[in-house]
Amino acid sequence: MANVAEPILEVRDITKQFPGVLALNNVSARFLPGEVHAVVGENGAGKSTLMKILAGAYIPDQGEIIFQGQSRTFHHPREAQEAGISIIYQEFNLLPERTVAQNIFLGREPTRNGLIDRRQLRRKTLDVLKQVGAEGMISPDIEVKSLSIAEQQLVEIAKALSFDSKVLIMDEPTAALATHEVEILTRLMQKLIAQGMAIIFISHRFTEVFDLANTITILKDGQLVATAPISEVTPSKVITLMVGRELDQYFPGLAKPEEIGEVMLRISHGNNAKLHDINLELRAGEIVGVAGLQGSGRTELAQAMFGMAPFTSGVLSIKGKDIRVKSPNIAINARMGFVTEDRKAEGIFPNQPLNDNILVSLRALQSTLRRIKRNGTADRPQLVPELVEQVDVRTPSITQEVQYLSGGNQQKVVLAKWLASTCDIFLFDEPTRGIDVDAKASIHEMIRELAQAGAAVLMISSELPEIIGMSDRIVVMWDGRISGELPSGSGEKEIMFLATGHRDEEGEPAAAAKSAETAV
Amino acid sequence: MASISTTPREQSVWQRITASLRKIAPIYIVLILLLIGIGTQNPTFLEPAGFLNLLRRAAPLMVLTAGQLFVIVTGGFDLSVGSIMSLTVIGAALLINNDPVNTWWVILVLLGIGVVVGLLNGFIVSYLNVPSLIATLGMLLTLRGAGLYWTGGAPRGYLTDNFRMFGRGWIEPFPFIERFPYAVLVLIIVSGVVIFLFTQTNLGRQLLAIGDNPRAARLAGIPVEKMRIVAFVLSAVTAVIAGILQGGFGGVNPEAGDGYELQAISAAVLGGAVLGGGRGSMPAAIAGALALEALFTLLNLLGLPKPLRDAVQGLIIIGAVAYGAYRSRRIR
Repeated sequence: MANVAEPILEVRDITKQFPGVLALNNVSARFLPGEVHAVVGENGAGKSTLMKILAGAYIPDQGEIIFQGQSRTFHHPREAQEAGISIIYQEFNLLPERTVAQNIFLGREPTRNGLIDRRQLRRKTLDVLKQVGAEGMISPDIEVKSLSIAEQQLVEIAKALSFDSKVLIMDEPTAALATHEVEILTRLMQKLIAQGMAIIFISHRFTEVFDLANTITILKDGQLVATAPISEVTPSKVITLMVGRELDQYFPGLAKPEEIGEVMLRISHGNNAKLHDINLELRAGEIVGVAGLQGSGRTELAQAMFGMAPFTSGVLSIKGKDIRVKSPNIAINARMGFVTEDRKAEGIFPNQPLNDNILVSLRALQSTLRRIKRNGTADRPQLVPELVEQVDVRTPSITQEVQYLSGGNQQKVVLAKWLASTCDIFLFDEPTRGIDVDAKASIHEMIRELAQAGAAVLMISSELPEIIGMSDRIVVMWDGRISGELPSGSGEKEIMFLATGHRDEEGEPAAAAKSAETAV
Repeated sequence: MASISTTPREQSVWQRITASLRKIAPIYIVLILLLIGIGTQNPTFLEPAGFLNLLRRAAPLMVLTAGQLFVIVTGGFDLSVGSIMSLTVIGAALLINNDPVNTWWVILVLLGIGVVVGLLNGFIVSYLNVPSLIATLGMLLTLRGAGLYWTGGAPRGYLTDNFRMFGRGWIEPFPFIERFPYAVLVLIIVSGVVIFLFTQTNLGRQLLAIGDNPRAARLAGIPVEKMRIVAFVLSAVTAVIAGILQGGFGGVNPEAGDGYELQAISAAVLGGAVLGGGRGSMPAAIAGALALEALFTLLNLLGLPKPLRDAVQGLIIIGAVAYGAYRSRRIR
């Protein structure tokens, strides 16, 4: 049934705007029955938005969705699902305390005389479990919470089949699976497309994309770059298409070699549940950029260093001294500061005034019964006004509650908090996310100034231009590991090679990137 | 780069007056209105002796509310304080055993019991992850049961005069006003200490930060678990002090503190504390307790029976929380 010319699902000129971001810009794509269609792109390329539009979770601002030859507008995921388009998110939509059967037929349980017909429910569940080849593996009566991730995924697929789905969308279906589980999934996907289903899947894993997909669509910055049969492209070419944009932003200059000093922090063979064999050095005066796709372990690395989810084995030493960082308190005592990605949840105290926000970490290092100074410490009574001026917080007063400041100013407050506690090792996780362009530039400048003042800086970012523009050294993560280290001035392509875990035969990503360039 | 605007915008005198009025916590205005109301019913209450008497009666609740606020600003509740008060009264009567010599060490033992109960509450909340509402409700029942078991169900023993002095005694002679109640002296000392701790030390700021954003507090290096325990210990210790005052004032009664936990929470809320944490003022909470007591006095003077007073208290809690929610919504 492969390669039926008529698409089952098609989008034409889809545009979707979110506040401040054009998530999708005039994207068109055709999805054929009997085909696995991979959608790839960097973080923020618009993959998830496209999937959510297909599944009825978002309504596009412009454009048309044509399903089975008819133009459709889905106002609710349920509408799309009932029409025959099912989506399986990375985070499953299953109720852990309910049984497999209850989950699959949630809200449409077969009834008899107004009561649930348990026998029929069970029989229908067994039917769909058989279709996914799990009838002997998963009992309809078992609670979902006791199933493994792979089994839960099968339940999700069974649920999709119970809707008689024609299109199945899967977001990173293999991310949480072990190798042999991926094989089971692969076989199942092949069986489903043989029955005429269209499967669309998002993946960051190129091995699987090239193993599974018939067609590949590449998105970049909300725009469609290319759609091609998988046989006509190579991984190198795909990466080349995913990346590559003008460095139009201004970044402060990189560190000169003589500015880079001693090792401030060293991790050797760091492991925990999410991270494997981490070896990393941070030096005074140097900004180390950490790149990687979502789920690669970037944030987990910073959290491990800061004692939020500590390393369970390996050695972490700070300024030559081995330390077990079991809590943020220990990290702060070692003069580490962490500007987290989620400012609202982890960085600020919205109902407290600016001065208390800035002084909170400094005070946490002091004894509890120490008398406070409103705007600083006994030694530096004007610390807060000084820092407010240094990081340029725009505020009517230093007793203003932080909730009333803009996002960029809140971020500066978080930075000032760590400056107050005289940190010299800074961890930044997405320091400029959700911040307007002007504030971005000033935060970049501040990060560089920290390095110039002798601090060691680790900066995590999913924006490759930011990584390239700011980093004196680039560390790329993939699958909880550091997949490689690149010098400053490396290109987006080399980073994406490492970030997708792709290596060519020689195992030399940089060389592969070069050959890709010539291939284009 | 200077960005703090140092010159305030042009304001008329009237605007400045209303602006500074808006900064005053509404509880002080409520309190003054209630006192005026009491004065119209019975002017002797506003004479020094009458007012000190009102303060003396309000002292246990005011002390208790001060302790409760430490827990409330971290985002918790301490429901066990009423039972601690009752246990204090029962324990004092039994341990002193009618010998005035025993009073002093018994007071120390009672404070020690308070510390232990506070540590337990804090430990259960911080390390066993039991919500404070449940943990301290359990403690309330446990202590109530333990107290009744200890007495065998009926009040036993006596409180010596030197123990009861704190609750009902007077310092005589006293300059200008002849006599001054010990309870008010205790109130002044406790208030001074808690206001200092809350507004002048790292402790108060850290508790507020924990209630405002516990995750950020942990990431800022605050030892969240330990600080929560400290809050419960302070609450329990003030409950013992409140129990000593109440025992002195009302004598041996195994139910001396029953219901006080809810009054203390109401009073803190009246004083502008936000249930859920992150916001609260110590002086305003203490003023809230006085206002609640003044309200009871006023209702009493107006001839309203006790059950009606309870009903009014319930309405006040709802009203105060709703008003707080309305205000924070309006600001946003």
